[in-house]
Amino acid sequence: MRCDDLGDVLAATADGSVSLDDAARRHVERCLRCQAELVQYRKLLRTLRTLRTEVLEPAPGLLAEILANVEAAGERHAVRSLLSGRRVAYLGGLAAATAAGAGAAIVIATRSKRARLPLAG
Amino acid sequence: MVVPHGSDPPMPADLADLVALAKEGDHQAFEELVRRTYSDSYTLALRLTGDEDDARDVVQESYLRAYRGLKRFRGDAQFTTWLYRITANCASNQLRRRARHRHEELDEELGPVVDASHDPAALADVADLRSRVEGALEELPPRLRAVVVLRDIYDLSHEAIAAELGISESAAKVRLHRARRKLRAQVFPGRGDDQDEESAHAV
Repeated sequence: MRCDDLGDVLAATADGSVSLDDAARRHVERCLRCQAELVQYRKLLRTLRTLRTEVLEPAPGLLAEILANVEAAGERHAVRSLLSGRRVAYLGGLAAATAAGAGAAIVIATRSKRARLPLAG
Repeated sequence: MVVPHGSDPPMPADLADLVALAKEGDHQAFEELVRRTYSDSYTLALRLTGDEDDARDVVQESYLRAYRGLKRFRGDAQFTTWLYRITANCASNQLRRRARHRHEELDEELGPVVDASHDPAALADVADLRSRVEGALEELPPRLRAVVVLRDIYDLSHEAIAAELGISESAAKVRLHRARRKLRAQVFPGRGDDQDEESAHAV
């Protein structure tokens, strides 16, 4: 067995999820180069795990954008419920007024979505 | 700063409790979930897409999908893991859209190794190692990067990764190993047998 045969095997073994077969083990036990590679893989994996706690801060405004979008989605959902009559019983007369107001919001949301499409490409 | 409403009860400290409230339709609980997790989601999205604008779009889309799909979240996984899966899926779609519109280098063969510093003092420096790993991650082709980010940083299962990226589990494993090989070659330039005795014995 040669070192080059072990490239993927060492990459797979480094996290401990796969163990070496006998032939590979015999080779690695005697090969300083493969042992050094394993050490490097383990350092690499340890370092990758430390990236988990790192936070790359977004530019300002993202939170507000997310909340606004979610809010708009919630409104659309509420309006659909109203229009389908499920909640009209207890919301009574409010339904018509709310539907009119939120209906305008839907139009705006749909238009801004369309306007963005070419940019997404 | 967001000023809390005086009359509202304080939000629970636990994400799982917030999820339970949000599932019952508590909009403020969902907002609080967004507040607590969005930097983290953005970080993942940025690592996956490598582009700030793409990452913002991905995060937007992810929370919309999380909001709409919250009722289907069964709570047998952690909320953050569930969110990572959605983010991974959105990022994968975003990259696919990009690839269609832009000629991308998708060569996955082990390319030539970029020469980096051989200074032993610098190599020993943990912070330096971290920045070299991050640099090497950015150099990876997106398809390889996604798998190694999700598996080795975010600890998603092969099964979850395969499902969200729309590939087979065996393809996910192949990509993972290629990604690790490329990262190792870039982060530790020079051949394995150049290493000193000490590191060889540290296995």
